[in-house]
Amino acid sequence: MRVVLFSKRNTKEIIREPLNFFFGLGFPLILLLLLSIINASIPAEANNAMFEIDNLAPGLAMFGTAFMALFSGTLVAKDRTSSFLMRLFASPMTATDFILGYTLPMIAMTAVQCTITFLASLIFGLQFTVSILFAILITVITSFLFVGIGLLCGTLLNDKAVGGICGALVTNIAGWFSGIFIPIDLIGGAFKVITDILPFYHVVEAIKAALQVDFSVMLPHLGVVLAYALIIYIIAIYAFNNKMKGD
Amino acid sequence: MDAIVTTNLVKKYGDFTAVDDLNLTIKQGELFSLLGLNGAGKTTVIKMLSCLSKPTGGDAFLLGDSINEKPQSIKKIINLSPQETAVAPNLTVKENLELIAGLYGQNSKNSQKSAALTANRFGLDDVMSKKAKILSGGMQRRLSIAMALISSPEILFLDEPTLGLDVLARRELWAAIKALKGKVTVVLTTHYLEEAEALSDRVGIMAKGKSVAVGTVSDLIGQTGTTKLEDAFIALNGGAI
Repeated sequence: MRVVLFSKRNTKEIIREPLNFFFGLGFPLILLLLLSIINASIPAEANNAMFEIDNLAPGLAMFGTAFMALFSGTLVAKDRTSSFLMRLFASPMTATDFILGYTLPMIAMTAVQCTITFLASLIFGLQFTVSILFAILITVITSFLFVGIGLLCGTLLNDKAVGGICGALVTNIAGWFSGIFIPIDLIGGAFKVITDILPFYHVVEAIKAALQVDFSVMLPHLGVVLAYALIIYIIAIYAFNNKMKGD
Repeated sequence: MDAIVTTNLVKKYGDFTAVDDLNLTIKQGELFSLLGLNGAGKTTVIKMLSCLSKPTGGDAFLLGDSINEKPQSIKKIINLSPQETAVAPNLTVKENLELIAGLYGQNSKNSQKSAALTANRFGLDDVMSKKAKILSGGMQRRLSIAMALISSPEILFLDEPTLGLDVLARRELWAAIKALKGKVTVVLTTHYLEEAEALSDRVGIMAKGKSVAVGTVSDLIGQTGTTKLEDAFIALNGGAI
């Protein structure tokens, strides 16, 4: 009951901010349009499949979920710095109520957001198959990574710092080190090693493989992402519990 | 019956002792004001009593339950209005009130009823459908206190409730707080001595984490040989009158 009430409140707080709508829904769609136009201008003899819709749609689905770190982080930080969270800490709410209450709306928003991204991708040539549903499911699962980053940053930092780290740093790193905008395999070297170490490239590859229903490729990438998400969540929950105890 | 009993309550942050061996008893239905200079330890006491911060030593019992042993039971019977306005900015006044009512266990129907009653009590009826963030500072503060009362707490902590309010808004809030006397145990911190004088059954004065005096306003004035609470407060804090 408390989780539902708190989730509803968090959903309202986020969707009633017009900027969130733009970054959450509009920005991935604008990128889809721009990158599709670029793709159409690339001559066939260049043999560059990076911006082809089968690669682009999973990449932008991931890029959209990166904004969940910003949304969740900003919400937690604002609640904390405005004393609203102090009021709730004094209420009968438990740590589980808080973590689920902040997480569930983000997961629901991810589902809506990536569904819209995939549906829009149909206009740009993505084949309509049932595997799109599977890709949406995997996108939703991988979004725990970004929601966890947001919870951790929101617990430790103020809303301005969260804006800088989750809004600028995380989205940029996620964009550049995931292979959406630049051909990682072509660059290779240290850059490729870094992308392999970070989880963002694995998120995109897991979603791409889900779209192809290729479990042998998907599962190792998904494993890396979930390991990262789990570690980040454990740290975030530990930090949040400490805040609840006033330590 | 005693609503709050603290026994040798201590809070330390590293080498700094914020609350030092506090022993205090507050009766049920009493309006008790905690006064002190900045950094005297008032807010730290409120945080420990409302289970927001664990004591380093000692204990406190709220209607018989220990803050160390049963914080979850205590949280059901208390509510708090923090020093800063604590409202959900993008929720309407009605949604803010119903949210808190629901979090304290009221079902949807009762939450709506409580929200309407509490809004009426605090003069918020006309702004029920307005988002909290567009209200004036005074109205936000009023909402923040209304949210602390909607759960019908047995013990209410008000941390500087009228800070930053204009004189009219302050007087209106005083009337609302006075109306709680005898029904709810209220612990109030304030820097406004006339507020403590106007509202309190008893006053506790803290200095450097310690309780230096507890009593009615006239007790404290008599104890210090002064003529008003402000002079008594200054005397008890070691200042020159």
